[in-house]
Amino acid sequence: MTEPNWRNIARRQLLIRGAKAAASIAATVGVARWLYDPKGPGAKKEEAGFSGTFAKGLPDFSVPRKDGQVLSIVKGEDRAKTVNKAIELLGGIERFISPGDVVVIKPNVGFATPPILGATTHPDVITAVVKLCYAKKANRVIVTDNSINDPASCFTISGISKAASAAGAQVVMPKDSYFSPLTLEGGSLIKDWPVYCAPFAKANKLIGIAPLKNHHRSAGSMTMKNWYGLLGGRRNVFHQDINNIIAELAMLVKPTLVILDGTVTMMTNGPTGGSVSDLKKTNTMIASCDMVAADAFGSTLLNLKPADLPYLSIAEKAGVGTVDYESLKPLRAEVT
Amino acid sequence: MKITTVRRINQLFFFTLFVWFCIVATVGEKFWQIRNWPVNWILQLDPLVALGTIVSTRKFYGPLHCAIGVVILTIIFGRFFCGWICPFGAIHQFVGYLGNRGKKVAEKIYLNKYRKVQSIKYLILVFFLGMAAFPSLAGTLQTGLLDPIPLVTRSFQLVLLPIFDRGTYLTSVNARYYEFGWLIFAVFATAVLLNLVIPRFYCRFICPLGAFLGIISRFSIWRIGKTRSACINCKMCEKACEGGCEPSGNIKIAECVLCFNCRDDCKHDLITYQTVPSLAGETQVDVSRRGVVLSFVSGVLAAPAIRLSGKVASNWYTGVVRPPGALAEPEFLKRCLKCGQCMRVCPTNVIQPAGLEGGLEGLWTPILNNRIGSSGCQLNCVACGQVCPTSAIRPITLDEKRGLGEFVSAGPIKLGTAFVDQGRCLPWSMDKPCIVCQENCPVSPKAIFTKDVFTTARDGVVSIKQVTGSTIEIDRGIPADKFSTGDYYVLFEDGSRCKISSNTATSVGISEGKIPAAAVGKIEIQVRLQRPCVDIEKCIGCGVCEHECPVSGKKAIRVTAEGETRSTDRRLLL
Repeated sequence: MTEPNWRNIARRQLLIRGAKAAASIAATVGVARWLYDPKGPGAKKEEAGFSGTFAKGLPDFSVPRKDGQVLSIVKGEDRAKTVNKAIELLGGIERFISPGDVVVIKPNVGFATPPILGATTHPDVITAVVKLCYAKKANRVIVTDNSINDPASCFTISGISKAASAAGAQVVMPKDSYFSPLTLEGGSLIKDWPVYCAPFAKANKLIGIAPLKNHHRSAGSMTMKNWYGLLGGRRNVFHQDINNIIAELAMLVKPTLVILDGTVTMMTNGPTGGSVSDLKKTNTMIASCDMVAADAFGSTLLNLKPADLPYLSIAEKAGVGTVDYESLKPLRAEVT
Repeated sequence: MKITTVRRINQLFFFTLFVWFCIVATVGEKFWQIRNWPVNWILQLDPLVALGTIVSTRKFYGPLHCAIGVVILTIIFGRFFCGWICPFGAIHQFVGYLGNRGKKVAEKIYLNKYRKVQSIKYLILVFFLGMAAFPSLAGTLQTGLLDPIPLVTRSFQLVLLPIFDRGTYLTSVNARYYEFGWLIFAVFATAVLLNLVIPRFYCRFICPLGAFLGIISRFSIWRIGKTRSACINCKMCEKACEGGCEPSGNIKIAECVLCFNCRDDCKHDLITYQTVPSLAGETQVDVSRRGVVLSFVSGVLAAPAIRLSGKVASNWYTGVVRPPGALAEPEFLKRCLKCGQCMRVCPTNVIQPAGLEGGLEGLWTPILNNRIGSSGCQLNCVACGQVCPTSAIRPITLDEKRGLGEFVSAGPIKLGTAFVDQGRCLPWSMDKPCIVCQENCPVSPKAIFTKDVFTTARDGVVSIKQVTGSTIEIDRGIPADKFSTGDYYVLFEDGSRCKISSNTATSVGISEGKIPAAAVGKIEIQVRLQRPCVDIEKCIGCGVCEHECPVSGKKAIRVTAEGETRSTDRRLLL
């Protein structure tokens, strides 16, 4: 037997090792080069929000305006009847909903309180509106809100979850991932702010349904204030400028229709209430294509005048609607 | 079917049941969420929960009666709970199995041999019982720290499920937070990883429940043993011995967890489960009297030693706000297992495992942290008391919580009182309108009311140059549009006020009120502020205000435990 040539073996091993070392060096340099960031994080660019990476607003859900059919005010105790009548006066549900529509309903589900306390949208109105939408062959109706109290508790205790599901609507609870930063063009407050966008992504109609409530900071919480629920993040900072944020929300959201439920009005202790003694029977249902007009009328049920709610005139100046609701010739009716 | 197979199926069943109960312990409308699921059943089966609370409270709390069944069965059959039911034991057994696969038989036999130091668990048990034994010496229930059922419950509820949920959101809509979760995780992970050193390390050396069951299996009628004293001494029976109880020789009955592996592994069928003692001899609990006395005395003295901190007396920490229905602090500490059920079921995630805020003995007990979760303690919720296995948090009704019905005279349960930090509050110290706290106060009439004032804005004193219609030209530049938010007013020298509707750098426009006919001289630009104040008679300490306060770091309104109804020494009202 001859001994193996150890020189050859050693040479071969050297070559293999050399090749591996070269590959390792190449990999090191390659990875370093690939991840190389010469400057590190820079200062935040002020105008980043307008560079196109953020949405500029929500889609326009409104339907063409018809003079004389902008605002309806229906007296009556039975919410199902009054809301049906109010929509009928504006031209019927067919004016707002077409077959195949995906409709989002945004009630006020802010608090984990039962319907009798009036702090949240009454489930009867939700039931009635969902039924109307399906009667006109809406493809899907979504009921959603970004609650203040724990969302699951709010949707359950307010009775909205049950009413919406029973009528065939899909209840969507907020998740962190449903918010995306949004900037309102022409606004000064809503800049790169997380807004509850995901539930509206596939919708083509939007109906806001709000209870009528006293609100110590802004004087009244109605259909415009209802859009506060679309704000995410630490939205409470906007209370420093409550009138402008409500007006900006009204600029941001262009709903198909808003409904203001003044069957009972929370006169005191709003917007949470907590006692039936905070409520007053006002037996009024308002449907409107003009949020400003609806809320201006609503303020009268709170024993206020529209001038007591500065956000109304700010929104009017921004072209959202009309404070002088009587000029719109509201359609009135009474149902028993 | 082999008995070890039956045992494995049984362990898997109880482990699955345990995980299922953990998953369902959430409030919600889905079929799998808490309804009548007996989510505490495994905690109620735990005899150490029953024993600990009996020692600390001198009472046997009704819902813990299932534990009697386990005690009786243990007296008859031995430590079946450890080998057949305990979900923590099942985890140890499985991890121990994984860690020792492929090891040589001799090595396995070495790992599973009996060690004298296993008796330390009896001393741990005695120490904890000593801590609980004398209420007059500040008796406190600390078994939950190491009792395997509370330990594994809190590990799953507060750590493993929330981690799992981060990616999947299966059991909660949004991420849950638990402030001292990392420490719970560290203890759990250490206990599990010790199986790689010695299988069932926790069960053999630490577990106080195992120790208790070992002691009461002293008179067990059936027991593992050899049918002959002599054998070839192959020690195969100790290859997979879970208890480390030396079945090959003088068996340590108190260590045997009835895994039956020895019976399976004996090639000569010399090991059975029988009514006569092992013919190779038997030893009962192997622990010295001196050790027991020393541990007991240490425990008895440790309890008052911990309380020297004064955390259960005048030095109580302001952040220890307990859930609604919690007993007064000394009684609470005699019952709380730190199992985490209340923290898991809380729909808002506001209940948190404490660190050392309540003293060493308060570790992992429930406290409210209003900065975590979706919304303080909700007015219409009593979920935490309903799941508390020992009634450290009483199962109160909504009527009792809110002071309705038969509880009208008692009034609502107060968790504490909200205090406005005027130095941080926007309307109080920054002249910015806000009152989010007032808006969200759920009490009717609201416990937060406002004092409305007008204060002059910084550099807000200016001179009138000219008045045209409803516009006032001024002599000095002011920030354009800053005063048009609906919150600002002009104060004239005659004391009358008008609301500002618009402003440029050199003028202000008035919307409401009349400009005095002969307006001259100086005007003051004022902001109308609603400054929040707390009505301590109405405040229930729910913390919704603190949660919602936009001063997001250290909140400008904070709830502390003064005024809580559960204790008299923290009362505030006259």
